[in-house]
Amino acid sequence: MLTTPGPVFVRATPRFILPDLPTNFPRMNIHEYQAKALFEKFGVAVPKGTTATSPETFVTALGALPEGPTMVKSQIHAGGRGKGTFTNGFKGGVKFCKTKADALAMAGNMLGQTLVTAQTGPAGRKVQTIYFTVASDIKKEYYLAILLDRATSRPVIVASTEGGMDIETVAHDTPEKLFKVLIDPAYGIADFQIRDLITKLGLAGAEAKNAAKLIRNLYTMFWETDAAMVEVNPLITTPTGEVLALDAKVSFDSNALYRHPEIVALRDLNEEDPKEIEASKYSLSYIALDGNIACLVNGAGLAMSTMDIIQHFGGTPANFLDVGGGASKDQVIAAFKIILGDPNVKGILVNIFGGIMDCNVIATGIVEAVKEVGLKLPLVVRLEGNNVVAGKATLAASGLALVSGDTMADAAQKIVKLVA
Amino acid sequence: MAILITPETKIIVQGITGDFGGRHAKLSLDYGTQVVAGVTPGKGGQFFEYGAHKVPIYNSVADAAKATGATVSVIFVPPPFAADAILECVDAGLDLAVAITEGIPIKDMIRVKRAMTGAKTRLVGPNCPGIVTPGTGKDSFGGCRIGIAPGYIHKKGHVGVVSRSGTLTYEAVFQLTSKNIGQTTCVGIGGDPVNGTNHLDVIKLFNADPETHGIILIGEIGGNAEVEAARWIKANCKKPVAGFIAGATAPAGRRMGHAGAIVGGAEDTAAAKIAVFKECGIEVAATPSDMADALLRAAKAKGVTLT
Repeated sequence: MLTTPGPVFVRATPRFILPDLPTNFPRMNIHEYQAKALFEKFGVAVPKGTTATSPETFVTALGALPEGPTMVKSQIHAGGRGKGTFTNGFKGGVKFCKTKADALAMAGNMLGQTLVTAQTGPAGRKVQTIYFTVASDIKKEYYLAILLDRATSRPVIVASTEGGMDIETVAHDTPEKLFKVLIDPAYGIADFQIRDLITKLGLAGAEAKNAAKLIRNLYTMFWETDAAMVEVNPLITTPTGEVLALDAKVSFDSNALYRHPEIVALRDLNEEDPKEIEASKYSLSYIALDGNIACLVNGAGLAMSTMDIIQHFGGTPANFLDVGGGASKDQVIAAFKIILGDPNVKGILVNIFGGIMDCNVIATGIVEAVKEVGLKLPLVVRLEGNNVVAGKATLAASGLALVSGDTMADAAQKIVKLVA
Repeated sequence: MAILITPETKIIVQGITGDFGGRHAKLSLDYGTQVVAGVTPGKGGQFFEYGAHKVPIYNSVADAAKATGATVSVIFVPPPFAADAILECVDAGLDLAVAITEGIPIKDMIRVKRAMTGAKTRLVGPNCPGIVTPGTGKDSFGGCRIGIAPGYIHKKGHVGVVSRSGTLTYEAVFQLTSKNIGQTTCVGIGGDPVNGTNHLDVIKLFNADPETHGIILIGEIGGNAEVEAARWIKANCKKPVAGFIAGATAPAGRRMGHAGAIVGGAEDTAAAKIAVFKECGIEVAATPSDMADALLRAAKAKGVTLT
């Protein structure tokens, strides 16, 4: 029999340690306007908003909003939009406008332009959608997020009276203003936990009632949609007692997308690295980095430590690339093409521990891949494991100008020296 | 004594009729492991035939356990059905469920972990390479191999290895065996943020096992499991321990293949974990090539013989 002992509720308590932020599993991000639409579907109050993807539709979009102060918000997946700068010199990806006429003019400065923020990297992201919302009267700003607490394997609500700020700073400087509520997954969020949290946030009357509804509905959305993280910063109260989610950052557990086709439909490929999309087609796990030594490795832990050992011997890794436990020839060829698509790459380190896999099969794949892509860069190969003698013989007989490494340390030192 | 499993342990393979489960069931049989039953709902009464082996297939874990006396199951079923497969092991009262499956939704694991509170069944994984207790035969054959690790790289002996990563575990085991240092048991606990058995659980088992003379603890960035284990070692473990943390060069906020391996805050970086290891008397391997040597240094300092 499955045993479920009494639920363990944990009161909101000030904590020094935040759960892993932003989150810690493979995830799919969506835009703010998409997140707000989901909020509305689950009964989480947001300011009225509307989107446009071309200058011709600005007027129609704004027509859906009442006359008065309006926010104009660039829609990209990265944070820090308000403090970002467009590559054309225009400052600020999120703007307050006193009138709809001002908003119309402002949107023209943003759409189609590339916005660089602290999170986009220097290349920035092209703004392809503008989100107009009613500019709300703000009485006070709060912070609210729901995510996984790894230490307890439970969902956790993190809230603070210090909204609109970087939450890591709040956690560091004023931890007494941060509250954490662990949710029992067998029961869900309990009313007393919500009351307790709201009291700690200093809310009362209509605000308390509206906040309770918002928190409950937000948790339902988090749970029902397999969200990885829901972050509202700021959550606001208005002079009339409303409680609204002014911003929305939502990501989903990629492993659960198979049961949420409606979420998959929200994916925006414009926001993803083309090389990473290409890699995913071949079941390769690839992440571009800033260095010049490309690595091709089997296994995530080994791939991470291959990057580490390159750095240890004075080099810089150009990427993380895990070809998985059973790499095929096609995967190896695809992997070579992807890493050679990075113009910064000056050398390649292949590190394969063939546990179950036959090293000779991998060696044959490497030889064919190198012949097909016409490699001109230094290549160091470290093969170890099953049938390694035959694998090394295949590499030696290929006539290719590759260098063999005996251990990870030996191979890393050789490639670092070759690109120096 | 090894930990968790011995060469006599009888195991069930859930998903034995699938490609992945079938392939590794064969490799375990080759290794001499007591694979006594398979489970595939709807295929009860059939057999998994391989060479001289004829492994009966059952519709449920409970049926398989009752008929064969198996106490351990290894799970190869696809992600959408894996959580249910784990709970079936709990329901059947098994001692141990080892979930190899990669890509189980996090919500499923949150619910499974909650449902397992207080249950007698231990979970190892998910998204893990499994467990190997080497045998006494050639290339360590005659041992118990649960999961997907290469059996032949092992050697029976006195070192315990625990890691989140598969290939990094093989790397450590290969280094040990190459130096003629054998292992009691090697445990892959998996790379997911919500898993059953953590580093500390395994360290406690190794500490209590008289046959284990030294331990290699392999960790990654993300979470605080390694730190928790290190502090316990400082207070309770007299055996030599070597440690390695992967991910020093991983950029913050990016997932590196393993779902659990991502830097979330100042506490879970490689540098922070390595500092705690040193503070707790764990000999840190400077590079992954240094894992076996690091353990040899730790053993020498404590006057412990590993072979």
